[in-house]
Amino acid sequence: MGYAYYPGCSLHGTAKEYDMSSRACLDFLGIQYRELPDWSCCGASSAHSVDHTLAVSLPARNLTLAEQMNLPLMTPCAACYSRLRGAHHALRSDPGLAKKVLTVLGSEYKGRYEPLSILDVLYQYGPEAVGEKVTKKLKELRVACYYGCLLLRPPDYAKFDDPENPGKMERLVETTGASAVDWPHRTECCGASLSLSDTKLVVSLATSIVDMAVRHGAECIVTACPMCQANLDMRQRGRTKLPVYYVTELLGLAFGLEPKRLGLTTHMVNAISLLRAKQLA
Amino acid sequence: MIRVGVFVCWCGSNIAGTVDVGKVAEEAARIPGVVHVEQNKYTCSDPGQDSIRKAIKEHRLDRVVVAACSPRMHENTFRKCAASAGLNPYLVEMANIREHCSWVHSDMSVSTPKAVDIVRRAVAKVKRCVPLHPSTIPVEKRALVIGGGIAGIQAALDIAEAGYDVTVVEREPTIGGRMAQLDKTFPTLDCSSCILTPKMVDAASHPGIRILTYAEVEEISGYVGNFEVRVRKRARSVDEARCTACGICILKCPTSRDSEFNMGLGTRKAIYMPFPQAVPNKPTIDREICRHFTAGKCGICQKVCPSGAVDFSQEDQVLTEKFGAVVAATGATQFSVEVYGEYGYGRYPDVITGLELERLISSTGPTDGKIRRPSDGKIPKTVVFIKCVGSRDENKGYPYCSKACCMYTAKHAILLKEKIPSASAYVFYMDVRAGGKDYEEFYKRSQEMGTRYVRGRVSRIYPLDGKLIVQGEDTLLGERVEVEADLVVLAAAMVPQPDAPEMARKLGISYNQYGFFSEAHPKLRPVETNTAGVFLAGTCQGPKDIPETVAQASAAAAKVISLFAKSELSTNPNVASVDESLCSGCLWCSNVCPYKAIEEKIITERAGKETVTRTVASVNTGLCQGCGACTVACRDGAMNLLGFTNEQILAEVEALCL
Amino acid sequence: MSLDWQPKIVGFTCNWCSYAGADLAGTSRMSYPASVRIIRVPCSGRINPVFVIRAFQRGADGVLVAGCHPGDCHYSTGNMYARRRFLIARRFMEYLGMDPARLEIHWISASEGQKFQEVIKNMTDRIHAMGPNRKMREIL
Repeated sequence: MGYAYYPGCSLHGTAKEYDMSSRACLDFLGIQYRELPDWSCCGASSAHSVDHTLAVSLPARNLTLAEQMNLPLMTPCAACYSRLRGAHHALRSDPGLAKKVLTVLGSEYKGRYEPLSILDVLYQYGPEAVGEKVTKKLKELRVACYYGCLLLRPPDYAKFDDPENPGKMERLVETTGASAVDWPHRTECCGASLSLSDTKLVVSLATSIVDMAVRHGAECIVTACPMCQANLDMRQRGRTKLPVYYVTELLGLAFGLEPKRLGLTTHMVNAISLLRAKQLA
Repeated sequence: MIRVGVFVCWCGSNIAGTVDVGKVAEEAARIPGVVHVEQNKYTCSDPGQDSIRKAIKEHRLDRVVVAACSPRMHENTFRKCAASAGLNPYLVEMANIREHCSWVHSDMSVSTPKAVDIVRRAVAKVKRCVPLHPSTIPVEKRALVIGGGIAGIQAALDIAEAGYDVTVVEREPTIGGRMAQLDKTFPTLDCSSCILTPKMVDAASHPGIRILTYAEVEEISGYVGNFEVRVRKRARSVDEARCTACGICILKCPTSRDSEFNMGLGTRKAIYMPFPQAVPNKPTIDREICRHFTAGKCGICQKVCPSGAVDFSQEDQVLTEKFGAVVAATGATQFSVEVYGEYGYGRYPDVITGLELERLISSTGPTDGKIRRPSDGKIPKTVVFIKCVGSRDENKGYPYCSKACCMYTAKHAILLKEKIPSASAYVFYMDVRAGGKDYEEFYKRSQEMGTRYVRGRVSRIYPLDGKLIVQGEDTLLGERVEVEADLVVLAAAMVPQPDAPEMARKLGISYNQYGFFSEAHPKLRPVETNTAGVFLAGTCQGPKDIPETVAQASAAAAKVISLFAKSELSTNPNVASVDESLCSGCLWCSNVCPYKAIEEKIITERAGKETVTRTVASVNTGLCQGCGACTVACRDGAMNLLGFTNEQILAEVEALCL
Repeated sequence: MSLDWQPKIVGFTCNWCSYAGADLAGTSRMSYPASVRIIRVPCSGRINPVFVIRAFQRGADGVLVAGCHPGDCHYSTGNMYARRRFLIARRFMEYLGMDPARLEIHWISASEGQKFQEVIKNMTDRIHAMGPNRKMREIL
């Protein structure tokens, strides 16, 4: 068993630290995975606003490759997760579209495995089991878990958690000894897809999310989406700046892994100084 | 020689629009046995029926086929029409070329031959019809009303006023139902209790009405005029005859739980009356939490009772009684609004439902009529109302409109302004539906008092610094709106009782896809059901407000009264019948009969020179409901069903296939 | 077999549920293929398997038996008997050399106009794929 690992484009670029920390965590926990050979872009976040068949065919190619390996496909990126789930759902419920996509790809997708987020994989591993592997408790670190849109919406197929009141990320983060604050903007949209076209709007969205986290006593934000991370990291303009971690970065720290190996030095808002102040790095 | 007349109906354009009626008539005329064919614009109308009567006489018709709508719609109409022309009503057969043909096929080239087939089937059947004669059964002139809310109370009072005995079965310890929980009623702002409690007392003191509270209907058997009903009267653990309702037991009881009557906003004791005006005005012990029953200790109530009315050893009573008619008035309940995670009901104490607000406004409620929010008891300054929670929403709730919510939300906004003049109210709505006498004016009044109506849905509610931030959209302005509210009230939809399907099965009636009981016809038989003798009143049939509920209850009562006005009922003559010469007396038929209508009978007959006695099956036509299960069980082909005989059905098969 | 060949399906429906469901399909104007011809009986428990066999003997391409959902019978138990009878009737059809797949049994309530429509559509498609019931026609 194991998983086919699909990093996606972001994790080879702006979100390199997410790729590094994801692999580090999976290795540390002994979860078997193989990078999907010859993977291609899933089409997020533009294909689905241009052409529906293309938007399904792009992720379907990767899904089919994984199915041929007889492995479920897993991705850390929330945008990829959304596109993969969307394509999986569309192909299974729309035979006409499935036929079309078959002519595009030349091989059939049966949909034997649900595509997974790395959070699903960690959750399947079990929060308790993850907790047992923690060697360095992230005590007194107050964390705001931020889900954003793509892990939870649309609820028809992005079924990571309860779309209105999720809690799985909190449970994972709390295994590290950190405390997750209860705050309302966990599922608010950060506006990432408008990051370049309407920067002013995005700045106000990102700032209000970070400010809300600050108001509820958070010292940092944790996310599982490269779009959210980049956006919040870059676009927050509030008085208090919060570092925005990937969930795998925090887990990696708690497993005692080197901050550098987790990519913590590549953030816009300094991600190390808070940890230093708390004597966690 | 059989002479069949065929009457092909246009039904305006309903049939003639998609079926070539002329062609159908032409083809019908060629069917052997058909001597007369006629077309009518509306066969069910007076001239249409007249033409049937005329044709029966002029053409000496002895069988009639009406090719029109569903027999479920007009079979009785045409049977009566034939009878008035001297023809036995059971010599009429309908060919359903509307519901089963013209309304479902738009291509005349396929619907016309299908219509011809349907007529051919009807002719084949009617040729094998024989005159049938209903027998009569007696009517037990006592009515059972299930449910003691305003619908049940009204129906019971009306029936009893006509001079017939009524038994009301209510499962709660008191009658009164939902209406008892309301503070004021729209559009007049009458105090709910002030108009309900006198009726409760009237019902309780009426010599013709017997009220069984804390009781449930367990089983109903029999048929119209002769229902046999088993009722379980749960043990109250209080002797109603001895109790003087002094209330000291309630005062001293050490155990309590959330009060159902106050929607969980207050508590009640283990020995309790749901509210002070309860009828009967006697306490009940909740055995689930009472310490005497859970731990075998306590017994304080028994010790303090001055009249020795507390009786822990009381047992459930099971009564089996006969009734001639049943009125189902089992009401509705509230949608589980937790489904809407974005509103946070259950997580945020200051997000409440409309019924909870009723209890907060009511002077008999947990806050003595002062609107205080549940979290900290503060008086709210800004209140947001959200309508259509669970209704008009195919994704999370039900697609139907819950009907009363627009008006009760307008009422809540008005009452809020009356109680807290400085408060501001926002109503998020999809549409305001204020159809009803004085309703639009009432809605206007709530606007004039300063209620701000925002057209749009709320996307999310979250708490911040003691307030609830309500985010939504104003679709008229095309803008996002955000309101800092102290209290949010959800207009939860009316939904069927969770056990409505079970009750429907007991009653032998059908229910719709949501669980509301189905009326026999949505327009013309709105309070009757498909089971004769069972009538509907109130919200068990669909969401409705108080005036509509009361009107329907009186209508159901009128139906019961007109049923009781007859001393005998004629029965359906489509019953099983035994050909004794074929019957071998195995009585296999009686095994499958659900009505125990088949008995054995000894007959004496001559076989050659000898006289022999043998056993045959015999059908009690009073009990037989005409399901026909016995006919298939019969190995000898001796059992037949009048009106649906083997010969008739086989002839229909042949007419359709060849 | 001509291209526009339309199968002929004889439908036995109980008066209380399935006939009413077909009526509801009508009042809701839910169109379906004009393949089905309905014979109304009081209850699915009234449907003698002999009627079904006779329909096939006379060349029906398909037979539909429809009644109330199990547990919802107007006469409380009729559809239970129907269910058992037709389990056996299918095997009897096989014995007679008829194709039991041409007989379908569905539970359609009075509120399921849409289900009636779907049943007729799907059944017509299936029977269409099987082709006409020539066997019995040729014998005739």
